Amino acid sequence: MSDIGIWITALATLAIYSFLYRDNPFYKAAEYLLIGLTVGYSLVISVKTVLWPGLVLPLLGGDTAKIIPLVLGGLMFIRLVPKLGGWSRIPLAVYVGAGAGVSIPAMLKARVLQQMGATMSNVTTISGVIMLVGVITTILYFYFSREQKGLLQPVAKIGTYYMMIFFGATFGYTVMSRVSLLIGRMEFLLGDWLRLIAR
Amino acid sequence: MLRKIPVMVCAVCGVFMAAQYFIVSGPVSQLYGTVLDWMQIIFVCALLVGILHVITRQIKNISRPGPERWYAMIALFGIALMVVLGFGWGISRGSPFLWVFDHVQAPMQTTVFSLLAFYVASAAYRGFRARHAESAVLVLAALIVLLGRVPVGEIISPYVPQTVSWVLNVPAVAAKRAILIGIGLGMTATAIKVIAGMERTYLGSGGR
Repeated sequence: MSDIGIWITALATLAIYSFLYRDNPFYKAAEYLLIGLTVGYSLVISVKTVLWPGLVLPLLGGDTAKIIPLVLGGLMFIRLVPKLGGWSRIPLAVYVGAGAGVSIPAMLKARVLQQMGATMSNVTTISGVIMLVGVITTILYFYFSREQKGLLQPVAKIGTYYMMIFFGATFGYTVMSRVSLLIGRMEFLLGDWLRLIAR
Repeated sequence: MLRKIPVMVCAVCGVFMAAQYFIVSGPVSQLYGTVLDWMQIIFVCALLVGILHVITRQIKNISRPGPERWYAMIALFGIALMVVLGFGWGISRGSPFLWVFDHVQAPMQTTVFSLLAFYVASAAYRGFRARHAESAVLVLAALIVLLGRVPVGEIISPYVPQTVSWVLNVPAVAAKRAILIGIGLGMTATAIKVIAGMERTYLGSGGR
């Protein structure tokens, strides 16, 4: 990384860390700069990697089939005109409808059938039985069609403990990932920028 | 008319995209790919509408008195910088566009996420005060994971990493699977409602 790059990165990093003291103009400036850069990045990437090769170039090459996505995409921009905004519902309907249609077999296969199959394929071991009990009791915790009393109550309670283990493990992982990011930034500030530690 | 047509379009697209999974045919697969391309273009156009909205909002903020106008100028400077660099010099490796991404945008994003390490610590303090058996289990699971994934865990006992692996691979996965099954069933039910026209929130307030 060049020296000017290191200085820009270091100053931006310090501006964001200044929020730990309190909300201040340096943090706000860095926040708005990050928003601007991210918006500009998304704009350039989406036009250069999707619109240009997927729509503009085929249209310039005479591909008349691309007129349909051109019209659908154009109708999205009508949303900016309040009186005609209702027309933008048509491309939205194509997107939502097609997305819903694709998700039905995909969700049933990946999230339901494969998960159930993987749970039941290993019930000959102790861990497999513990897993099967966990899946059934956790699902029963979310069974709201009848009041959770009688036999259902202790069963749902067991499901709660399984979920607490999952949430605890997820929380532990989140803490670790954030701390490792912090270590990375500190290594950059103390090593690359101030050269106080060897990297 | 602008309420009925979108519902019909949604139903036709939804039924076709769901049915194509079960139909092995060249033209159907081709049409499926075409509709996916359309979806990608609609998504990008929707994204551009959102970006235009952000830009007009920031331009409006410039005309307002107070410190907000300076922040709006900084945001617009960021957008303009990336647009000029991206369209002027390209987005290939070694371009000024990627230089700004690597040296300014990506480190700033990482710093924002690392900032959460401090807040996660205070959240942990509040969450880890075990008042019930359930929260005690949560604390224990989090501590086991934290201990088992750092070198000190193995120094304490060689069984610590093994216990962590078991906790992560058996009880944690069991709850995760049950939640995934629930999400899958919920999403399928919602998708059917959307295609059948019972769920119209995507149409906005005029869809009711």
